[in-house]
This record gives sequence, C-alpha cells and structure tokens, in this order.
Amino acid sequence: MSSVVTLLRRDLANLFGGAGRGATLMPVLFFLAVAMLYPFAVGPAPELLARTGGGIVWVAALLAAILPLDRLLARDVERGFFDQLVLRGVADEVTIAVRLLAHWLSFGPPLMLAAVPAAGLLGLDGATLRTVELGLLAGTPGLAAIGLIIAALTVGLRGGAALSGLLLIPLAVPLLVFGAGALSTGGDAGIALTAAISLVLAAITPFAGGAALRAAREG
Amino acid sequence: MEASGLTAWELFCRRGDRLLFGSLDLWADKGAAIHLVGPNGIGKTSLLRILAGLLPPSLTHFEHPELPARGSLSWQGSVGLLDGNLPLDEHLSLGRALKFWRAVDGGTADLDRLGLRPLLEIPVRFLSTGQRKRAALACLVGQGVDHWLLDEPLNGLDSDGVTLVESLIAERRAAGGVVVVASHQPIALPGAEVIDLRDHPR
Repeated sequence: MSSVVTLLRRDLANLFGGAGRGATLMPVLFFLAVAMLYPFAVGPAPELLARTGGGIVWVAALLAAILPLDRLLARDVERGFFDQLVLRGVADEVTIAVRLLAHWLSFGPPLMLAAVPAAGLLGLDGATLRTVELGLLAGTPGLAAIGLIIAALTVGLRGGAALSGLLLIPLAVPLLVFGAGALSTGGDAGIALTAAISLVLAAITPFAGGAALRAAREG
Repeated sequence: MEASGLTAWELFCRRGDRLLFGSLDLWADKGAAIHLVGPNGIGKTSLLRILAGLLPPSLTHFEHPELPARGSLSWQGSVGLLDGNLPLDEHLSLGRALKFWRAVDGGTADLDRLGLRPLLEIPVRFLSTGQRKRAALACLVGQGVDHWLLDEPLNGLDSDGVTLVESLIAERRAAGGVVVVASHQPIALPGAEVIDLRDHPR
C-alpha cells in the first residue's frame, strides 16, 4: 500500500513538473488556443458562438487528450521502471491504475479550469458553462482511460505517437456524442451516460493496460 | 543436503519466431553462483528475464505444438535483477531519484562504498556510463533481496568498480543468496557453475 502512495506521488510529480515538462500545460494551452481561434474562423456573431461554442469546447478537449500520450508510458518502459516494480511485487495492473489516477488528475481538472476562460472567449452563458463543466467532469476520466490504454498498446511501436492520435479519436466518439449531446438536450441524461462510459473505461483500463505492458515485454 | 535456492526445469525461450534455447534445466544451492556464457544474441538476457519472472518460463505458443509447455521456475526467497537499464528519473538529482526506490524498498545501499555520495546533487542524465552502473547497483543492493540476477554487471565500470561488484557478489553468496551472472568480461566467481547456452539448442 505504501508503495502505491509512493508511486502516485512520483507519477504526479513527473506529470505536473520536471520530466513531463509541459505534459500538463500543453493540453491546456492547446485547448485555449482552439477556443481562441474558433471565433476568428467563424466570425464573432454572438448567437452562432453561443450555439456552437459548447461543442467546440468538447472537440478541443478530445484533441487535447492526444497530446500527453506519447510520453505517458514510453520512457518508463524504456528505462525498465515497470520491470523493477514487477520484481518488487507491484503488478502491472496496479501500476497502470495508479498512472490512470495521476494522468486524470493532471489532465481533467486543469482542462475544467481552462474551460472557464474558454467559455468567456466563446461567449457561453452560465447554464451552458455548467453543462460543459459537468460533462467534462464526467467525460475526462474516460478520455484519460482511453488514452492510457492506447499509450500502453503502442508503447513498443515506432511511430506510436502518430498512431495513438488516430486510435483515440474513434474510441472517444461515444463520450463526445453523449457529453456534447447534453448541451443540446439540456438534460442530465447525457452527462449520466458519459459518466457511465467513463466508469466502464476506467474499470477495464488497469487490466487492458497491464496486459499490454506484459505483451510489450514479451515482444 | 544443502537447501536449494533456485530450481528451474524445461525452460524454453522464444524471441519473435526464433527459438533461442530449449529444454534448459537450472538449479543452484544457496550461496552458489552461475555464470552464463555464449555469443551475443544467444539468449542470456532473455534467460535472466525468464528467471526474474518477466518472461514466461515455457512456450505455450501454438506455433510450436511439438514442444513441451511445462517449464517451471521456483525461487526460495526474493529476486532482484540488474540489467542494462537504470530505473531512475533522468531529470531528478541522483539523491532524489534514489529516494523513490528507498521509499518503495524500505532500505538503502551504502552510498559511500558505491562511490555515489559526491554525485547525489547531480541530475541522473549527466551521469557517466560507469556512474549509471553504480547507481543501478545501488538500486539492487537497496532492494535487499535474497538472490541476484546480473546482466553484464561490469559494463563501463573501472577496476575499483569491478572489485566492488565482485566483493558485493561474494557477500551476497556468503549470506546464502544465489547469484546468476551473464558477463563477457572476466569476473571472479569462485566455484561458479559455467553454463554455455550454445549447449542448449532447440
């Protein structure tokens, strides 16, 4: 148990500072850049922005989820870090579960914070912002889980970074449909479905990711 | 009869489509040493990873239905592996990077003896090859396990370092540990059993 806490602290320190320099900041900046560019592209008409802005926030969040993937696991696999944890009796499933929590903490909450200035840039009203924030709260764990599974699957591949983007987009479509769908229906049903998808994804990630790490080890 | 530290039967190793070695039996009493030899690519590193439990000890591959899939491996005690990797965060200073493994293992190596004390403030990425090997040794010693698997432990080490590794191995064996070494460089392993993987083709 104490090794799990130690591992979580190390993962968080790496994702927020030092090693992954930018691993947390880059998706947020990318997210804000999309929100800033969109009014330039479609024109500043307030009613158009208010109607489509929530959807753009969701698309930006989905694309921002691709950015941290290439460095999420690759370096630790290269330097035999996971091997040494296995030798110390920490199963790959536990390692991946801890990494999922750390990855979501470094990705979800910063994105939800950035959604506030993004909503300002897009002229979203308070009710829409609330739906977007709830949707992101429900959806970002799912995005983090998909991203981590893909990072584990592509860890041994050349060009894995480019591939992971292509793999994430179709897999994230259900999250986008229900999460962004809640904006037009205005109901909480879409958000509840997004949360359900996220929970399922988060539950299978440790096992899928652990199996992928073992497969990469056996080459 | 002495207590056995390592028992392994019918080990097979496949990398890709190639069978590297097959039907390898290994056993070692407590305090014994095994020296693995053989040309590059024969499977020494793979064998060490099998012994570490990182690769399966048997072939359950459908491509080789004619081969037995009953490889078994058992250690009496805990095992540590020193391979070509350094499992430390490159951007941290050596002292802080080692602190992570100290927290996981609950023990630490004698840094003065390993010659690492003056390097604790230096980021891991600036360490030389020999210093990295010493840092990896610190992780292994700090792990406090019974048995050691060493993959080219002398790579990059100066003559002091070689003597240090040899004395660390001797101490581990004296404490009842089994030490399995794969090394191309001459290494003093008194009474070690030499296993040439060329004798175990498929």
